[in-house]
Amino acid sequence: MMHGQLLGFLFLMWVLIIIGGAIAVVILGPISISGFGEFDPLINSIVKGIIAIGLSIAWILILTKMKNLIFRKTFNY
Amino acid sequence: MTELIIPAVVSCIVAFFTVYLTTPPLIKFLQKRNYTVIDKHKKGHVMIARPGGISIIAGIIASEIILYAFLQMNEILAVMITTFLAFVIGYIDDRKGMGGWFKPIGLALAALPIIFLGAYDSDLAFPLFGEVHIPILYLAIIIFMIVITGNTINSIDVLNGVASGFMVIASFSLSIALFILQNYEIAIISLPLGFVSLAFYKYHKIPCKIFPGDSGALTLGAMYGAIAIVGQVEVIAAVALLPAVLNSFLFLASVKKIVDHRELNEKPVELTDDFKLKATKNKKARISLVRLIVANTPLSEKEVCYVIFKLALFSAGLAIITAFMMEFKV
Repeated sequence: MMHGQLLGFLFLMWVLIIIGGAIAVVILGPISISGFGEFDPLINSIVKGIIAIGLSIAWILILTKMKNLIFRKTFNY
Repeated sequence: MTELIIPAVVSCIVAFFTVYLTTPPLIKFLQKRNYTVIDKHKKGHVMIARPGGISIIAGIIASEIILYAFLQMNEILAVMITTFLAFVIGYIDDRKGMGGWFKPIGLALAALPIIFLGAYDSDLAFPLFGEVHIPILYLAIIIFMIVITGNTINSIDVLNGVASGFMVIASFSLSIALFILQNYEIAIISLPLGFVSLAFYKYHKIPCKIFPGDSGALTLGAMYGAIAIVGQVEVIAAVALLPAVLNSFLFLASVKKIVDHRELNEKPVELTDDFKLKATKNKKARISLVRLIVANTPLSEKEVCYVIFKLALFSAGLAIITAFMMEFKV
């Protein structure tokens, strides 16, 4: 039973990676900010970095929720 | 492609036999010098030699030097230097027992040769959706990758043979993914990692004769991360490593700070009278992959290892599927 839950959780992590990749390419990729002259690449990277950190935090939060949901009985010693 | 067969075969033979032949004398040397630690999961007072990272790094350096002689690629130098620096960091930790932040900071510095040698491409490739160009952000990814792969392999090194056995499965699946993506040169650079791990597994599996130590685990993890960067297979590498990532995630989610596991008093698993592993009922103890595996029923160390290997094989399958998905665009 526990092994099935672990496999399910690994599969969920994989699905979240695929979805995260889609968001990164569709949203993060096309972002292009101009008007800051030579600072354009830096500003672009900072904005993309902030979004990437936000996505990572969202990934961890979703994973934490799912972990609690899947392993609730196990954690409840 | 055919011109790569000889370097590939020679480097794999050298990688395997360097570790296979140097580990027994290393075990004797370490035992003679009293460089041993207790195996907490065994009956009696069983002392095991440590660190085995010395023979692991010997196998990696010897095989990669041979590959460099044939191919003269910057990527080989980057992988070699980063891996060696990770070994040095792990060896210092083996000897001095440094604090929780030492390894992440050290591994971040170990990643710098990849940047300085320019052995990377700043496009991050995802399955089905293509690539995203992140020139400056990618530098941070390089550093995070080495820190994460090094530490996750180190964190899964909890039972006899797990770190080396897990690395055999993960690294060979990464090599297969690189072949699928027709990145043949990096695939060949990655092969020695699997053969080094396989040779070390012979002495690391139950009944263990030598522990890899932090030097061994960080060496294997950092090389894996470096290959993922130079081969542009970061996402595939992360997928193959998922059970170890899950273990680190559970650790951080329950401890909520970066700390060396040796600094924590409450252990996640206990031993039964017949030396099986069972989950602790102590609510203060951290949650780990092993604790989840034995949550319902106590299992022997060997049985837990096999469950971890099954999880690794499942992730390896997902990694190979991900490699095929890289070929398709939505």
